Amino acid sequence: MELYLDLCSQPCRSVFLVAKALNIPFDFKHVDLSAGQNYSEEFGKINIMRKVPVMKDADFILTESTAILDYMVQKHRGPTHWFPSELQPRARVNEYLSWQHTNLRTTGSKVFLLKVVFPMMMGCDAPKEKMDAAMDGLNESLSLLENYFLQDKPFIIGNQISVADVVAIAEVMQPVGSGVDVFVGRPKLCVWRDRVKAQLGEELFKEAHEVIMKISDLTQNIDKTALEMMKPKFQKMFS
Amino acid sequence: MALELFLDMFSQPCRSVYMFAKKNNIPVEVRTISLMNGEHFSEEFGKVNPIRKVPALKDGDFSMGESIAMMQYMAEKFKTPDHWYPADLQKRARVNEYLCWQPMGIRLHGSKIFWLKLMLPSVFKIEVPKEKMEGALEDLDSSLKLIEDTFIQDRAFIAGEQISMADLVAVVEIMQPFAAGVDVFKDRPKLLAWKERVVQAVGKELFDEAHESILNAQEAVKLIDSSKMEAFRPRVIRLML
Repeated sequence: MELYLDLCSQPCRSVFLVAKALNIPFDFKHVDLSAGQNYSEEFGKINIMRKVPVMKDADFILTESTAILDYMVQKHRGPTHWFPSELQPRARVNEYLSWQHTNLRTTGSKVFLLKVVFPMMMGCDAPKEKMDAAMDGLNESLSLLENYFLQDKPFIIGNQISVADVVAIAEVMQPVGSGVDVFVGRPKLCVWRDRVKAQLGEELFKEAHEVIMKISDLTQNIDKTALEMMKPKFQKMFS
Repeated sequence: MALELFLDMFSQPCRSVYMFAKKNNIPVEVRTISLMNGEHFSEEFGKVNPIRKVPALKDGDFSMGESIAMMQYMAEKFKTPDHWYPADLQKRARVNEYLCWQPMGIRLHGSKIFWLKLMLPSVFKIEVPKEKMEGALEDLDSSLKLIEDTFIQDRAFIAGEQISMADLVAVVEIMQPFAAGVDVFKDRPKLLAWKERVVQAVGKELFDEAHESILNAQEAVKLIDSSKMEAFRPRVIRLML
């Protein structure tokens, strides 16, 4: 199996973490988004939508991280807590995976984009009111994660980790990588993060998050041609 | 006791859940929650879904939100025909792929058109800047093209020869901008043909029933009490403009 990934990307991190946690053998195919490698002719043959992650299992190509996670867990039949077979715990995982697309993923990405990508593309810091609005959105998502999805449980489904927690932590770490410490003032979130880290293994967690935690190194050394190519798209997004 | 579904048929995900439940003869009690009248802010509804969104499901003591997760729950619990959410690994993956792509891929764009074309001018009396509308229409256009070229291609339905949850979820999103007056099917014979197949597979009567309110939206919005919606103005402006 091949996994086309850039660990800057949250959905790539969740796929990477679950594949490693389940000991699924795979070839890591690095697609460097900052160098515009997703626009290469070669990658276009893998995914015409030019996004990561992508999974290639023999001739079967699959995009969308939550689809890939379901496929991997079903195929490799690891411990069932990753994607429970019981009706209601499974529903809770599906509920989280569905909710997060337009909530934590969107709000966490927005903060990251404004803090890291905006200055690169627009030549100045993001306007305060945009940043404040983005932070409000992120705070709302984090509150819902804590108060609705976690509540008093150790993990989203209860006593055991599932793909929902992995997807959640990958998203939470995105604004963290951009310098926003979302854990300050959120003891419940801290404790949950530490539990997730312990279940995945500290080393694996660190490996998955190494790139995002050093994102400023990457942005300072970004390929100028690739940057120019990406500017129109981002300028449209930010306007 | 029958499963309770809390729905507002103006909402795309409510329509997919409704059609799925009814087509599969799942014993459900439909409870209408009028978003325009703020019924999702009631204390009672807050106990069903603290996130205060529709659709929501209550099965005895178990409540949940999120339409796709709800359909997956109903499919499993009531053992609906396999084609709705296939057990086969690769077929299921294709359904999941669409279901995961669609929130940002089409739902976002179709909803935005609905708000920009209908809700903002009629309810909030906001004139939408030309370039915002054009940008939104461009985004919708790109999404519809992707649906045709990548997700449907030459197949009868998204996952193959038979309808699945993916088609239900797709069609309701496409009907939203359509209801706002954008002819999404113009110059898109493939999309139109697929839509007709979906209508046939669901049953025309059920499809029409599910879409009755939204297809009357242009008239219905004129009856909305704008003063009740004022509290939402800042949020609507922030999200849509």
